[in-house]
Amino acid sequence: MRRIKALRCRECGSEYPIEPLHVCEYCFGPLEVEYDYDALSKLVTHESIAKGPTSLWRYYDLLPVDSPLHECVDLGGGFTPLVEATRLGEKLGVRRLYIKNDTVNPTWSFKDRVVSVAVTKAKEFGFDTVACASTGNLANSLAAHAAKVGMRCFVFVPADIELSKVVGSLVYGPQLVAVEGNYDEVNRLCVEVASRFGWAFVNINIRPYYSEGSKTIALEVLEQLNWKAPEHIVVPVASGSLLTKVWKGIKECYRIGLIESVRTKVHGAQPSGCAPVVNAFKLGASMPKPVKPQTIVKSLAIGNPADGIYALRAIRESGGVAEEVTDEEVVEAIKLLAETEGIWAETAGGVTIAVLKKLIRQGIIKRDELTVALVTGSGIKTSEVVCESLREPIRIQPRLKAFEEALQKLQL
Amino acid sequence: MAVRRYHLTFPKELVTEPVIYYLGKDFNVITNIRRANVDQDGGWVDLEIEGDEEEIERAVESLKRKGVGVDPIERQVIE
Repeated sequence: MRRIKALRCRECGSEYPIEPLHVCEYCFGPLEVEYDYDALSKLVTHESIAKGPTSLWRYYDLLPVDSPLHECVDLGGGFTPLVEATRLGEKLGVRRLYIKNDTVNPTWSFKDRVVSVAVTKAKEFGFDTVACASTGNLANSLAAHAAKVGMRCFVFVPADIELSKVVGSLVYGPQLVAVEGNYDEVNRLCVEVASRFGWAFVNINIRPYYSEGSKTIALEVLEQLNWKAPEHIVVPVASGSLLTKVWKGIKECYRIGLIESVRTKVHGAQPSGCAPVVNAFKLGASMPKPVKPQTIVKSLAIGNPADGIYALRAIRESGGVAEEVTDEEVVEAIKLLAETEGIWAETAGGVTIAVLKKLIRQGIIKRDELTVALVTGSGIKTSEVVCESLREPIRIQPRLKAFEEALQKLQL
Repeated sequence: MAVRRYHLTFPKELVTEPVIYYLGKDFNVITNIRRANVDQDGGWVDLEIEGDEEEIERAVESLKRKGVGVDPIERQVIE
């Protein structure tokens, strides 16, 4: 049964064949995968999904790949825990709060979802080389997946980046390209490299397929809530792709009969130092204005987001809001999540939790409403941001009395 | 001949300037607007520029000097 119809332009609706294309030739709008929803509604059921593997590939039928399941590139990403956050909920004043814990992915972030799909599709198209421009989670994930299938991998970074920041990619053996130029120049070079070389640049010419992988986080949330849509979902916003695809995933599940209603308000979370989507939302603008990022939240520091306009539309269509938080609030939120739920999030997760806290305080999320917060990456990657604000150790002599005295002073 | 696709962002003070007209007049490039949205507070234009690579570079530099934001059509690809 044919599940995937075509690539379709998000702006003018022009259709294209399933090829490594990403921009509409007519209006330059981005292309998106269009499925045959009638076919999917016959093919996909709660039971058929439950029989699938315990990875993101359990949603194989809803992903834009043709390879048989056993040939899909799989490091075991996805199907991460949905944790009932009772202690955090108590602190924040809500009763039905869940954390989607994507810190436990193979390379410790949700990027394993998008990269698994992108590399599978790149293989299908016959590429022998995959590439990306990234200083963080994307590079880690791509290098690992390329290693798993033995594909050549190039990772482009600005030359002034500290080596310690890319160890998590280098360990998998990609070719790192340190580009001597400012951020904009590196960005532009990568787009030109993508168009010149016959490589799969995962978030450029493979982007329509890559971004579909994000959807699986929403599908899992729905399945883990027994196919019930939450009333709120809080999503961190960088390029805007994740939020857009979370909303698409929920709507697709409704369209093919996996859930009974779409009632989820999708809320966007950004750090104040890079909040183009939040700014546009609050101004009532249709499109985010580019900003120069100044924040500790490097994984959300995208000043000119490719899917910002679509994230804005999704937030408004769902009845959600976009909200921002300061770097100080982010650090506090990382600690709060760790101390109440035992989950150590990277800074983007701190943004999500801090915005969650704000929305509860503002009365947008109410005490009894079913709420999910997406925690998309592990704190082990950004440990430096919390180092200075953690509890000091106590130093004692190796005697029981010394410990007893110290313990008394601590008043724990 | 090379063909490049750009997303241009115009600040408010450039809205009344015929910026793209001058691009074709001052440089040996062909411009082709594919999509745009401009009002009194600023706007954006998705533009194709065709010409020799060096000439496109010079045209892009002149846009930046005038205060136009110039990004690839894909926007930011460093994630």
